Amino acid sequence: MTRIDAKFADLKAAGKKAFVSYVMAGDPDYETSLQVVKGLPAAGVDIIELGLPFTDPMADGPTIQLAGQRALDAGMTLELTLQLATEFRKEDDTTPIVLMGYYNPIYNRGVDTFLQDAKAAGIDGLIVVDLPPEEDEELCIPAQAAGLNFIRLATPTTDDKRLPRVLQNTSGFVYYVSITGITGAAEAEAGDVGPEVARIKSATDLPVIVGFGINTSEKAQNIASVSDGAVVGSAIVSQIGAGKSVDEVLAFVKSLSDGAHAA
Amino acid sequence: MAEDLFNSFMNGPDEKGRFGIFGGRFVSETLMPLILSLEEEYDRAKDDPTFWAEMDDLWKHYVGRPSPLYFANRLTEHLGGAKIYMKRDELNHTGAHKVNNVLGQILLARRMGKTRIIAETGAGQHGVATATVCAKFGLKCVVYMGAHDVKRQAPNVFRMRLLGAEVIPVTSGRGTLKDAMNDALRDWVTNVRDTFYCIGTVAGPHPYPAMVRDFQSVIGKEVRWQLAEQEGEGRLPDTVIAAIGGGSNAMGLFYPFLDDKSVNIIGVEAGGKGVDEKMQHCASLTGGRPGVLHGNRTYLLQDDDGQILEGFSISAGLDYPGIGPEHAWLHDTGRAEYVSITDKEALEAFQLSCAMEGIIPALEPSHALAHVMKIAPTLPKEHIIVMNMCGRGDKDIFTVARHLGFDMSDTEEGRDLDD
Repeated sequence: MTRIDAKFADLKAAGKKAFVSYVMAGDPDYETSLQVVKGLPAAGVDIIELGLPFTDPMADGPTIQLAGQRALDAGMTLELTLQLATEFRKEDDTTPIVLMGYYNPIYNRGVDTFLQDAKAAGIDGLIVVDLPPEEDEELCIPAQAAGLNFIRLATPTTDDKRLPRVLQNTSGFVYYVSITGITGAAEAEAGDVGPEVARIKSATDLPVIVGFGINTSEKAQNIASVSDGAVVGSAIVSQIGAGKSVDEVLAFVKSLSDGAHAA
Repeated sequence: MAEDLFNSFMNGPDEKGRFGIFGGRFVSETLMPLILSLEEEYDRAKDDPTFWAEMDDLWKHYVGRPSPLYFANRLTEHLGGAKIYMKRDELNHTGAHKVNNVLGQILLARRMGKTRIIAETGAGQHGVATATVCAKFGLKCVVYMGAHDVKRQAPNVFRMRLLGAEVIPVTSGRGTLKDAMNDALRDWVTNVRDTFYCIGTVAGPHPYPAMVRDFQSVIGKEVRWQLAEQEGEGRLPDTVIAAIGGGSNAMGLFYPFLDDKSVNIIGVEAGGKGVDEKMQHCASLTGGRPGVLHGNRTYLLQDDDGQILEGFSISAGLDYPGIGPEHAWLHDTGRAEYVSITDKEALEAFQLSCAMEGIIPALEPSHALAHVMKIAPTLPKEHIIVMNMCGRGDKDIFTVARHLGFDMSDTEEGRDLDD
């Protein structure tokens, strides 16, 4: 059982929905980013998605792309991203961390080395946007073997015929992308999302978490009420991008988690 | 070749879209179903004689194919060695090889019922070709172009707009060709249901590298019969040479010769200021290493952390940090040789072509020609080289003038639209 499985078991026992937050590692710099990440659990975050900076984030909107550039300009690397997770783990051994990013920095490091290092750093799961089920042998299967969850994205274009393929090697939870589009773009509507979540849940026992297009406390509540939880990324990242203090960012995160937990 | 099928270089890609370890389908889940349906549609079209009949008709009457295979006699004499032929794809409608592929993809888009076409462009040649074919078929066309290139290539931007395309300057990232490709992919993810992404080179997720290669292979197929016509039945070139950015004109020339062991195959990358200097070049094969970007695994210019680097070249059309996966495979298997040519050498070749043959080449094929200049004098007179003159140089005269120290500022305002 990974920290992710344990977290969902706890949430289920408490009758609560999950609140998942995304921040880019190293944005705007290593120290500030570490302070934000350390403050997330107290701000009500159940699972931390830690963005791995990449020069060419082709599924992300401008907000997250700019965050990645800020991090890279400040000297962030895969190595430092894992170090940040390690430092977080010294104080918190229960909040799951999911590393989210693109394949090239991982491939460049070497899959086996990366998996060892990620495991040692206390990473619990991976979301790699540009690895569909067709490329499972690259990282998904080795990651599961190494004891890391590999969390798959399901999208509005994932039809019933394809869904079993997407779910096949998924573990931890399923991340439903609420819109066809990039992060931080169109707004998700609970009315559209509900039936899609139900469709996925009828095919899997895994929790289904919804992300993309959720930017307010109210929206987090609406989406969480028709799913197992909500992810907010761009809205938090844009607070960091606007130069808000760590306390201001965490206060905003708290308002979002309150929304999701009220569902 | 049939008896040698297992050793054929023409069997790729495999069912996973791989050429050896290269290629593949590294895209987000949103795009995956569409990539699969594109593959199905292409497989159907490939075996459908009516599809190819329509292509042939358009190639002949709209593009002006076959393009001539021209014996460059003065250049041959000047270099004093191998016999040099130029495949004149710069004479195509829109002035480059790009239109060969665009026609095929637009016919596919029509078969799939897509009504909106998007494309990325660097120098603007693929953008112009896409805008042209969209105008012909009455399709909505959106072209993503790096903001820096929009400024550098004003005549092509205006051309695309005249042809009814919407040109979107890309400012995200560093505002270059790779960023234009990122933004095109973002558009596609957002508008996946009605939109077809017309990729301009032999890169991207499977089936693009194979599909674009197949459409461009008309170049090499024509060279086979044209050379036989001029040099005698069964005579094959001894060397074929083409410039490589993503590598579509080169794959088009090379592919039909992959299993002819006597044919030397040489790809020429953009060496910029020199491959030894720190990344002032776009030579992915000579200066990069394998990685994953834009849907495929291939050689990429990247730093120690796996972050993608910007290429550098005098030619905006070669200014891309990757290369088609089939080239990566041909490189690793040793079937093709890849070399690099500097900006300076390309400029010399550009001028030589103008002076010796009355042909103003684009800066891209000038790189190929520069390598011809290096090797032709060392080869015997009966050795036949075919180089791909894949684009005309009208778009580049301002860049060349600047590098040669020729001031065109007075004439710039009055220049013709079809520069």
